[in-house]
Amino acid sequence: MADASAARPSADLTPDEQAVIRPPLVLNQRKMGWIANYVSSIVEDKTPVWWWACLVPCLLLTGVLGFCIVYLISTGVGVWGNNHPVGWAWDITNFVFWIGIGHAGTLISAILFLTRQKWRTSINRAAEAMTLFAVICAAIYPGLHVGRVWMAWFLAPVPNANGIWQNFRSPLLWDVFAVSTYFTVSVLFWYTGLIPDLATLRDRAKTKIKKFFYGTLALGWRGGNRQWRHYEMAYLLLAGLSTPLVLSVHSVVSFDFATSVIPGWHTTIFPPYFVAGAIFGGFAMVLTIMIPACAIYKPLHDLVTVSHVDKMCKVIVFTGSIVGYAYIMELFMAWYSANPFEKAAFWYRAFGPFWWAYWSMMFCNVIAPQIFWFKYFRTHLVWVWIICQFPNMGMWYERFVIIATTLSRDFTPSAWAQFHPTWVDIWMFIGTFGLFFTLFLIFIRFLPMICMFEVKAVLPEADPHHGENHG
Amino acid sequence: MNIAGDPQSKAYGLAAEFDSASQLFHAAERLRDAGYKKFDVFSPFPIHGMDDAMGLKRSLLGKIIFIGGLTGFLTAVCLTFIPSSILYPLIVMGKPTNLYTVPAFFPILFELTILLSAFTAVFGMFIMNGLPRLNHPMFNWDRFQRVSDDKFFCVIEAKDPKFTERAAKDLLESLGGQNITKVHED
Repeated sequence: MADASAARPSADLTPDEQAVIRPPLVLNQRKMGWIANYVSSIVEDKTPVWWWACLVPCLLLTGVLGFCIVYLISTGVGVWGNNHPVGWAWDITNFVFWIGIGHAGTLISAILFLTRQKWRTSINRAAEAMTLFAVICAAIYPGLHVGRVWMAWFLAPVPNANGIWQNFRSPLLWDVFAVSTYFTVSVLFWYTGLIPDLATLRDRAKTKIKKFFYGTLALGWRGGNRQWRHYEMAYLLLAGLSTPLVLSVHSVVSFDFATSVIPGWHTTIFPPYFVAGAIFGGFAMVLTIMIPACAIYKPLHDLVTVSHVDKMCKVIVFTGSIVGYAYIMELFMAWYSANPFEKAAFWYRAFGPFWWAYWSMMFCNVIAPQIFWFKYFRTHLVWVWIICQFPNMGMWYERFVIIATTLSRDFTPSAWAQFHPTWVDIWMFIGTFGLFFTLFLIFIRFLPMICMFEVKAVLPEADPHHGENHG
Repeated sequence: MNIAGDPQSKAYGLAAEFDSASQLFHAAERLRDAGYKKFDVFSPFPIHGMDDAMGLKRSLLGKIIFIGGLTGFLTAVCLTFIPSSILYPLIVMGKPTNLYTVPAFFPILFELTILLSAFTAVFGMFIMNGLPRLNHPMFNWDRFQRVSDDKFFCVIEAKDPKFTERAAKDLLESLGGQNITKVHED
């Protein structure tokens, strides 16, 4: 991978001009035709062997997940380790973990769009796909956690024979609305962004099946400016709508905890702290899947450059530091509040039976990502990938510490109990990774994983005044 | 002149191909200044400033989305207050069931506002763009397939009151348009 600043022809600029000029977003002076050709060829070429080699184990794990779900529904939620007082355990931990991962996709596609960060164009498609798949994995858990799954429709406010309505003041119901809205809007946003690229695949399709498949999905997109102007307005507004939405989703998830009276949960810091943690963990997951994808399709390094990775690492170190600040502030407030239950809760987190989870969380989320202050580690992809595994693990530990540790020790010692996961807990969690990667593999095989039309639009020749004298 | 589509059926317009975004941009400006109303320019990506170059106003979609959002908000007001205050007032922890309970409904009011705005944005855009429409006269021209790749196109529709084949052809030629083709409906 070439250095981002090396490709710029800047011979005729003064040193001052060279200092402020932005590095190109697409390296090696790739042309529009190359972008369309290469990104489409990933979808159009013969299915590579590595794809099958990855898909088969992922499908097997998805099968394990399916088996666990069937076993759980047919036997009862008691097959999980949840029991009094730890009524929320791995299931809710995994739910928050996966939902959090989704947030990076929306951050890249919406917030970075509104702030005119043009480098987002080459990563937003894959990141948004990741969002959808993560939310699908997340939604499995509360769906099963309701216990009697066939009663899950009670979550929806529809008139029923009992004349009972939902408690609209409950954060759990807010969560239903927040997560389902988030998923729906993410799908709409993702599909809207796909339409022009589906048109590219439609126009290149050779076989009848492909013509039908991509032709139907592209809806007859023509790329006329009379279409683009409404399209751009829709996209801008979707970005504007998704931005507060993504911030609200993890805030509402944190309300599930913050509105309770359990020591360690009843804090106002939760919403911003959860959102920062979600972005932190999500960016780590984006890098975890994008770095191998670009290593397989090497020319993509001209689109997803070292500079992109560098910027994402900076986001990780920034949000990781916010998370670290929140951890320390929680400890400070536990002491400063002079509330013995609050103090005890944090003492048990750090030095109780789950001390290993607490210190793993501290190390993975606060200490390990600080290495990204060094440019060397932000720009060497193998290091980036290795270091990103710490946030991935750490964010799971964080949710486990917040949920299981807190519940295992509340007010009265007579109610205390330890939590132990069962094999169903463990295999379901592993199985959701199988589902996540299965969906991602299917995505890169059948849909363009780079947003071609947006990358074309950030090329220098996309500027309508390109090549003119600026008087 | 080349012909695309069925020459027996009605002419849709006169189309030309361009090599770059800047050529297309200037072509749009000239067509606008020449007084054409029914013309369109096609590009692989949205071109910055093209609305002005074509003489188009800002898309109305934003205002329509506001109505969608308002609908979502009012739906949520009904959805929360009608059951919780009227049909089945549920007293939890002694909290009020009248208007004072509204802070507890903020998340739902917010989420439904966003949800219906987003639906309006996407489906409003589809309707305003006439999508889905799988057939279009422009698709009769095989070169037009490259509009989603790296080529730029422009069409002056036959419906335009100023349209004459001769003048349109001369204008497109003078703007640097190549492969000028008369596109027919199928």
